[in-house]
Amino acid sequence: MDAMLAIEGLGKTFSVHQLGKRIKACEGIDLAVAAGEFIGITGRSGSGKSTILKLIYRSYLPQKGRAWYRSERFGPIDLFQTSERQILYLRRREIGYVSQFLNLVPRTTARDSIEQAALEVGMGSERAREEAERMLRHFELDEELWDSYASTFSGGEKLRLNVARAMVKHPRLLLLDEPTASLDERSKGKVRELIGKLKAEGTTMLGIFHDLRFMEGLCDREYGMGLGRFVSDALPVAGAPP
Amino acid sequence: MAAEYDVSALRVEGLWKWFGPRCPRCSTGREEALERNYCPDCGTVYALRDLSFRLFEGEVLGVVGESGSGKSTILNCLYYDMEPSAGAAYLSSFEGGESDVFSVSAQAKRTVRNTLLGKVYQNALLGLKMGFSSISNVAEKLIASGDRNASRMEARAVELLGHVNIPPYRMRENPEFFSGGMQQRVQIAKALSNNPPVLLLDEVTTGLDLSVQAKVLDLVKQIQRELGISMLLVSHDLGVVRMLADRTVVMLNGKVVEAGLTDQILEDPQEPYTQELVHSML
Repeated sequence: MDAMLAIEGLGKTFSVHQLGKRIKACEGIDLAVAAGEFIGITGRSGSGKSTILKLIYRSYLPQKGRAWYRSERFGPIDLFQTSERQILYLRRREIGYVSQFLNLVPRTTARDSIEQAALEVGMGSERAREEAERMLRHFELDEELWDSYASTFSGGEKLRLNVARAMVKHPRLLLLDEPTASLDERSKGKVRELIGKLKAEGTTMLGIFHDLRFMEGLCDREYGMGLGRFVSDALPVAGAPP
Repeated sequence: MAAEYDVSALRVEGLWKWFGPRCPRCSTGREEALERNYCPDCGTVYALRDLSFRLFEGEVLGVVGESGSGKSTILNCLYYDMEPSAGAAYLSSFEGGESDVFSVSAQAKRTVRNTLLGKVYQNALLGLKMGFSSISNVAEKLIASGDRNASRMEARAVELLGHVNIPPYRMRENPEFFSGGMQQRVQIAKALSNNPPVLLLDEVTTGLDLSVQAKVLDLVKQIQRELGISMLLVSHDLGVVRMLADRTVVMLNGKVVEAGLTDQILEDPQEPYTQELVHSML
């Protein structure tokens, strides 16, 4: 099995100028995710789990190491070296990111925000509309809310919308940073169901979840941050692409 | 959404703008010769120091920084409101991107300004003729770009003003009777009238109240999405840039101190000034 994503020697230190300090977030991380695999990253708070995902997505500026990714459009590329324009393309078309923090476009209705995400991957407008409605229904968002601004939603509703926006694109690689952190059991189940579906479609995923039970049965392998290695190895680790 | 991701609409190289005589001390433009952007020996002010960047097709590039950092000077130079001291700029829509638009003939400059660029000024007094109707203001740009057909120009002006939500019954009014937000929207209609591939936006929401700011920003976003125009968006407001720009350039004392993906600039700013700026966000 070929790796979809292979991280080599990743390290990140933040310089906080106001304090005149350097804060090390993580160091020497190696991990490979095979195509279609779901890797769970575990570790205590502050161990640098989110930092890894943000570096891959380039919300943080990479410092040390490489992140090989097998892009559909560009072939094997190092996400840490690739141009900003390429990253923006990949974010639109190939790599999704969902976090517990809400990143909703202001003054946009729930329906439109999912539809726009679907349009970005090149879906036709009719299909995008259908897919948006399917998502809204799946996450049991009250039909009355579909055409309201997402900013008026409850925390849980916003979070579900967040997840829907990432998933409607059927990304090739999906980064999940505790997207279920503040959801009730029923909504968690809904997210889990979709993750399962994406996995069946072959989406590669790298995720952080505090709720270990949630990951059971979904996760192929678990990477322990504090330990700096894989804790459970259900699948063989594949080498990095050239 | 364009499938191509790396086509330049505008390329600026080594742009300089100084005000003053320059002297041996400061003409190197070196950091240590200046106090911020000022030469203490000869009094020359450096508004822009060796600025280079690319604006890609269909993208919104944010330019942020404090007052006096040189943001507006970039737009002034590009729109020929001000002559640059040195440097070059290439528009892919002008002579295949081969000619420096700063060094072409006056006539060619008029063509570039009237047909390939649009600009929205922070101060509507600079962007509009207050004593002429809104329709005439839009038509003025169309005349400049070579249109001579009155009924066609009027139809286009009405269409554009409608697009920016100026009610039909007010289109014949002079913008001097309009609110600040309406004036900005008339400016946007005017700037769009010649379908420019590149739009220059200078603090479009500064001084407007919040609900009006939101309307103008939504309009800019809508235009970007529907028409795919490349925009250079100057703002001191990181919130505006966060909403509209994929990439952002941070300026200080006439220089770029940091450039990157907008979310990276906001979440992982590198330079002391950028960190301070981000932490100053309300």
